[in-house]
Amino acid sequence: MEFYLQALQLSLCLGPLCMGIFISMKIFNIPDITTDGSFTLGASVTAVLLSRHLSLPLVLVSCMGMGAAAGALTGFIHTRLKIDALLAGILVMTALYSVNLVILGRSNLPLIGTASLFGILTFFSNELYNDLLVAFLLILALFLIISYMLRTDFGIAMRATGNSESMTRSLGINNNRMKIIGLAIANSLTALSGFLVAQFQGFADINMGIGIVIVGLGSVLIAQALKTWWKTKSIGGQLALVLAGSLLFQLVLALTLSLGVDPNFLKLVTALFVLFIVAIPNISTSLKRK
Amino acid sequence: MIRLQNISKVFNHGEINEVKALQNIDLLIERGSYLVVVGSNGSGKTTLLNLISGAERPTSGRIFINGTDVSSEPEYRRSKWVTRVFQNPFTGTASDLTILDNFRLAALRTKSKKLIIGVNAAFKKKVKDCIAELGMGLEDKINLPMGSLSGGQRQALTLLMSVMDDSGILLLDEPTAALDPRSARLILDLSDRLIKQYGLTAMCITHNLKDAQEFGNRLIQFQGGKIIKDLDQEKKSKLTVLELVNWFE
Repeated sequence: MEFYLQALQLSLCLGPLCMGIFISMKIFNIPDITTDGSFTLGASVTAVLLSRHLSLPLVLVSCMGMGAAAGALTGFIHTRLKIDALLAGILVMTALYSVNLVILGRSNLPLIGTASLFGILTFFSNELYNDLLVAFLLILALFLIISYMLRTDFGIAMRATGNSESMTRSLGINNNRMKIIGLAIANSLTALSGFLVAQFQGFADINMGIGIVIVGLGSVLIAQALKTWWKTKSIGGQLALVLAGSLLFQLVLALTLSLGVDPNFLKLVTALFVLFIVAIPNISTSLKRK
Repeated sequence: MIRLQNISKVFNHGEINEVKALQNIDLLIERGSYLVVVGSNGSGKTTLLNLISGAERPTSGRIFINGTDVSSEPEYRRSKWVTRVFQNPFTGTASDLTILDNFRLAALRTKSKKLIIGVNAAFKKKVKDCIAELGMGLEDKINLPMGSLSGGQRQALTLLMSVMDDSGILLLDEPTAALDPRSARLILDLSDRLIKQYGLTAMCITHNLKDAQEFGNRLIQFQGGKIIKDLDQEKKSKLTVLELVNWFE
């Protein structure tokens, strides 16, 4: 049971990242690989600042700010220097590896006896339950903020930019600026996930971000598959499905591990699972045609 | 009022495939005029429209809108004065957004898009009333995605969207080219009505000579990047479709 609750906790910690990927992938149609770097960036900044005993709000703000800067840089390279978005993301991700190494000072930094976000409120004496509730409340607040933002005039402009650039240009929207802001928001959310995961697992590691973008993409794709059962057009509903996707993803991985699969195969299982999710709609339509 | 001063546009300058799309064009489009532009393919009509909207920059020459030099203003800034209806009905609207959200953006064309919820009951009513005037029964579908509508319906809504915010100049680039005859007629009648109702300065490119003869109060013909005919309202009213066909012989 505890095993699955930890999977739930991890999926909540990765919730911001999945919402970030929803913004970059579904709203702007940009597969943003910067994610791998900005996730580790968030965790590294968190680990270093927390071990220096800085206050949590300050750590949170600097971590999200750094993530936003990384995203804005990818956006700048893509829009102003006219580099393909995928390549722009890979470039920034690669550069961030060195940056993260400099910030961390070594490849792994454990958090022992430092402050933790999960400890700021006490509802239960059971630590696991308490952590879960704190994480849940945080993700709920974040969900409400982002779904509100996407329904505002600014949010509509953002969604239209990813949909029809010729239309938004003729309606007075600076598409380049919009993409830079969008990628900054997405990566600050990713860094927030790094902040949460570092505290959840009790350390930051230089390699913790490798392949993390797949977790976000997988959750967004699961959300798309879930739409077959729950047809929602509202932006809030879609965002909720992404969070459900994140949960399902972590549960599947937890189930795989509990079946006794060698942890070395975890990334392979992850990739196969995402492939499976992506392929379902295509396989089912080709079966129907027969 | 739009003034083009000695405008030239060259594509692929200095290369084998160099194209002189426009050559030393001087053109004054008065406020409230409805200019119809005809000409064969590649004669420079669409380039002229793209230069006014800001989608293309001139190789040389200056462009003034209401006396302001806008030659170096990007397209998204010129949207303060200029609205466009594209040839492809899918270009001017966002398919995945609802009709309501599309109209919301159109209503903010000249304003900043703030972090406030602007789609409220009053706005919904305004959009519904506006769409109801079309008589197409679309007013009950404002929460559907734009992509669920036909090309003709989308083009009609694009036209309406262009007058949701302060409008001055309306550019129509073969707005009916992708439509069936009935929808095409509806779009042209609607543009004619909106241009008169809002006192717009309009420019319409068309290949349909019957429409060119019927609509607008000024007619110009392009050939090889130059204006070769320019008829004012009086001369245009005497023109027959047959004479117009002979222009292309």
